[in-house]
Amino acid sequence: MPADVTKTGAGAAALAGLEARPGVPKPDPILVADGVVRRFGGLTAVEVDHLEVQRGVITALIGPNGAGKTTFFNLLTGFDKPDEGTWAFEGKDLAGVPAYRVARRGMVRTFQLTKALSKMTVLDNMRLGATGQRGESFFRALVPGVWSGQQRGIDERARDLLVRFKLDAKASDFAGSLSGGQRKLLEMARALMVEPTLVMLDEPMAGVNPALTQSLLGHVKDLREQGMTVLFVEHDMDMVRDISDWVVVMAQGRVVAEGPPDVVMADPAVIDAYLGAHHDAPLSAEEEQAQLSAAEAELEGGHA
Amino acid sequence: MDFGVIFDRSVFALFADQSLILALAAIGLNVHFGYTGLLNFGQVGFAAMGAYGIASGVTYLELPFGVSLLLGIALAVLLALLLGVPTLRLRADYLAIVTIASSEVIRLTARSAEFREQTGGSSGLGGFAQGFYDLNPFGPGSYGIGPASYDSNRFFLLVVGWTLVVLCSLLVFLLMRSPWGRVLRGIREDEDAVRSLGKNVVGYKMQSLILGGVFGAFSGFAFALANSSVQPDNYGTQFTFLAFAAMILGGAGRVIGPVVGAILFQTLLVLVENVLIEAKGAGYISDAVLSGNDIGAVRFVLVGVVLMALMIFRPQGLFGDKKELALDAR
Amino acid sequence: MLVVPSSTREETALGHRPAVPAPRRALRAVLLGLAAVLLLLTGGAPAAAQAPPPPPAPSAPAAPSADPSAAPDGEEPVEGIAGTLANAGEPVEGVEIAVEQDGQEVGTATTDEQGRWRVPVPGPGDYTVLLDVETLPEGTDLRDEDASSRDVTVREGQGNAPALFLLGEGRSGGSSRLDRAPQLIVGGLQFGLVLAMGAIGLSLIFGTTGLTNFAHGELITGGAILGYALNVGLGLNLIPATVIAVIVGGVLGALLDRGLWRPLRKRGTSLIAQLVVSIGLSFVLRYLYLIYYEGSARSYAQYSTQSPVDLGPVGVLPRDMVIIAVSLLVLVAVGLGLQRTRFGKATRAVADNPSLAATSGIDVEKVNNIVWAMGTALAVLGGIFLALSQQVGYQLGQNALLLLFAGVTLGGLGTAYGALVGSLVIGLFTQLSTLFIAAELQVVGALVILILILVVRPQGILGSRERVG
Ligand SMILES: Nc1ncnc2c1ncn2[C@@H]1O[C@H](COP(=O)(O)OP(=O)(O)O)[C@@H](O)[C@H]1O
Ligand SMILES: [Mg+2]
Repeated sequence: MPADVTKTGAGAAALAGLEARPGVPKPDPILVADGVVRRFGGLTAVEVDHLEVQRGVITALIGPNGAGKTTFFNLLTGFDKPDEGTWAFEGKDLAGVPAYRVARRGMVRTFQLTKALSKMTVLDNMRLGATGQRGESFFRALVPGVWSGQQRGIDERARDLLVRFKLDAKASDFAGSLSGGQRKLLEMARALMVEPTLVMLDEPMAGVNPALTQSLLGHVKDLREQGMTVLFVEHDMDMVRDISDWVVVMAQGRVVAEGPPDVVMADPAVIDAYLGAHHDAPLSAEEEQAQLSAAEAELEGGHA
Repeated sequence: MDFGVIFDRSVFALFADQSLILALAAIGLNVHFGYTGLLNFGQVGFAAMGAYGIASGVTYLELPFGVSLLLGIALAVLLALLLGVPTLRLRADYLAIVTIASSEVIRLTARSAEFREQTGGSSGLGGFAQGFYDLNPFGPGSYGIGPASYDSNRFFLLVVGWTLVVLCSLLVFLLMRSPWGRVLRGIREDEDAVRSLGKNVVGYKMQSLILGGVFGAFSGFAFALANSSVQPDNYGTQFTFLAFAAMILGGAGRVIGPVVGAILFQTLLVLVENVLIEAKGAGYISDAVLSGNDIGAVRFVLVGVVLMALMIFRPQGLFGDKKELALDAR
Repeated sequence: MLVVPSSTREETALGHRPAVPAPRRALRAVLLGLAAVLLLLTGGAPAAAQAPPPPPAPSAPAAPSADPSAAPDGEEPVEGIAGTLANAGEPVEGVEIAVEQDGQEVGTATTDEQGRWRVPVPGPGDYTVLLDVETLPEGTDLRDEDASSRDVTVREGQGNAPALFLLGEGRSGGSSRLDRAPQLIVGGLQFGLVLAMGAIGLSLIFGTTGLTNFAHGELITGGAILGYALNVGLGLNLIPATVIAVIVGGVLGALLDRGLWRPLRKRGTSLIAQLVVSIGLSFVLRYLYLIYYEGSARSYAQYSTQSPVDLGPVGVLPRDMVIIAVSLLVLVAVGLGLQRTRFGKATRAVADNPSLAATSGIDVEKVNNIVWAMGTALAVLGGIFLALSQQVGYQLGQNALLLLFAGVTLGGLGTAYGALVGSLVIGLFTQLSTLFIAAELQVVGALVILILILVVRPQGILGSRERVG
């Protein structure tokens, strides 16, 4: 896909001519983080001095494994507490706000390891995403008449999204029966049910069948067309180059570079920190195995 | 061996008060564990709240019977809040330890001499049930069918109790097919996912804990009224696990699971106990294998065996759907 | 079926692992082992004075009895007050002792040829124990003339509450808090060390396999009973009996892992399901103990009756000194072993990340198996030590289980040193708390501490946080 086709939208234009250095101020930031630090024992997993995310564009967050991207997502969305730092979404302070309130304010994230609720149907997964449901309060839940009307509207919206994500045929299947890629799609669609203004996707393409990645990419771009802001973590450089308007590079917890994709990817420091060492070096079968089982063990949750 | 006696006693047990008590406790546990995935091992603590609520309410605070029922419910809600506020963020296994410890704290405190005035210490309380049995509209006599016949007061208790079981089950049914229940089921699977969708997970867990805890208090009411007394040592951890086994047997996460599970499980226990008693009486079992004194202990061995076997071979119980099981939640 | 070796993540991760023996065979081995132990117990237990058993009382159709949880029928009262009378190390026989509650006599006993006496009491509560000075043999007197009565609080499930009467040369003993503290510290240290024996196994098993083992209390009880069977049943001296019991316990622990837990892990049974299985197992074991060992608490043949040795401000029974010393030795050895040896490193690697450990060539299942053997052996030793001070009873371990959890969580689930430190704190706390609260509430105090710790620091004091995402 030619690059100029993807670089549409007012937001993207506003980024033109911005200096490509870490922490550069943006004309219309939706999210601003300051001095966010998270340590695990002796390890400083995240240490972001200043970062702004421009509204209405697709920002990619890249960096080698263990750079702290997921931890940074966790901090911003209230799933983890930082040792220091403040951050604001739409100008309002978010530090200390619990995760569910962050989501209600319009900042919704997905997870690196998909969290499709596999023992619920695809449609129920989607319904869960809708906010402000009357039937979700204890007493009103007892009177179906109070919430069934609203539920019909939600179902309609859910089915529309499922059609867009080509999951409509699976609506009444258990989410657990979906393939890995379909789960990623479902998770993204479910996040959209919240009607977010900022969508944060943690490795949305990881483990997705290459045949599906193109359609996933298309969905991410659609989000921007609909006026949403997207912040996503990705490893595949071609993909990042393809869809992102702005790229932020993290290494060892810090933001080491940011800028437009072509500029960042030409930056020797970035190539050093990231591309040189890790990119495209295919994992040995053994390493892959270890990562896989580590991820599975984490899913099991017993030992971490 | 007198098979008639075995049959009669087992049929009697089907709907007798032990099944009732277990059913109510298990319905509550089902809300906690079956639907929300909360590993509450302190259900007996809620039952104790209900039981001591009416017992201490009537005898120590000298409240009218109806008011002391409300006291029992209020105590259960209070326990849920006290327990829930700090613990609902804990992992499943820690929650299990904290809840079991808290139920033991309740029992040990209730039986201690320090609180003898309020709780009757280790001998417990009696003389509070009259207010309930005064309401009995059934005249003296025996009610029921065949071996399942009960005297007037007992029959009254059972009618009220099983009606309550039906109402509680209906409530659970309505709630679990609503969006509220959907949130709970989501939490059961992955609370972080639900949190990321803007639901106040801790708030929902708390509501679940309170609801199931109040059902637990109902079972305490039934227990106290059936015995016309409250004895602290009846509120040990084995009560919780009996109810837990009943719930798993019927099928966690099913509306009728805990009710059918409780009835079947209790009846099974009575059946086995009476088969052993009869076999013993007929001289089929020597003292070296099992002495008469130990037949009561067999029921608890059976509880353990049933729990193990179910968990290993059929964790979804009789009516559960394996695809929908809560057990592999973390 | 239990034995279907489904292809779980372990198998994919351990492609190179040697084939395991058929779990079914292992299961049979465990059952055989258990049966052997049971035989040993029933054969070895003394023919208890067979009082005609009260007719079993099934819930007769008309009787209003509802009791889904009550203790099984026909069980003797487990609580009692007991002691031993000795003068300068020599047992004193034939002394009459009476127990009263609220001025009502509850029971009497006469000391036997070993100076022992025991009065069963109807339940926990406060009692007064009176020694009939007239029945003391000539030349033997109470050390403190006025101290012919003792106030004793019997706790729930305690087995025997001790009532100590000192004979011989008079010595005036005060009992202000300050005076009692050193004695309680020694007692707490000992209790903590004994708890640590159980806690370390519990913690290691959790660390390597992820199982929260609710049946660990029953391993402790089993140890105490096994010791009893060897000691009283077969007439071995308690010291060799303990050594044998610890070895047998280790073997049984390994078999239990092979026959039950490993197949469950292999078929991918979730940790919560395994936890519930362990609860089931605890019921099965506990009530089999009750059936085959009988309900009453009993003492070992040796070292049960001793008089304290004066060590400055405290009097310590010689056996307690041995318990403290042996526990310290064993625990330090275990701790060093876990730190220094190859096996220790492997254990920590498995605890850290089993899949990663497996890919780096560690035989995870072997580590799990050894951990189970070690954990059970330690529990057996702890059980025998615990039974020396509390007597052998089927609820011995169950009563300790929550305290074990308290100790383990205090130090963080899964860390061995944490379990040791946590148990010591709990041991000291339960003892010292009696300075301020009623003795019957000391367990409540410890449990409240447990709850508070989990609430304030869910990862325990030494553990680390879980990951999200
Ligand atoms: N809960 C945790 N406890 C300890 N260390 C952690 C935890 N979560 C993340 N880390 C560490 O923090 C670093 C950053 O991890 P992460 O944010 O997952 O990286 P990324 O997503 O960029 O691959 C890694 O070194 C990881 O091991
Ligand atoms: Mg990541």
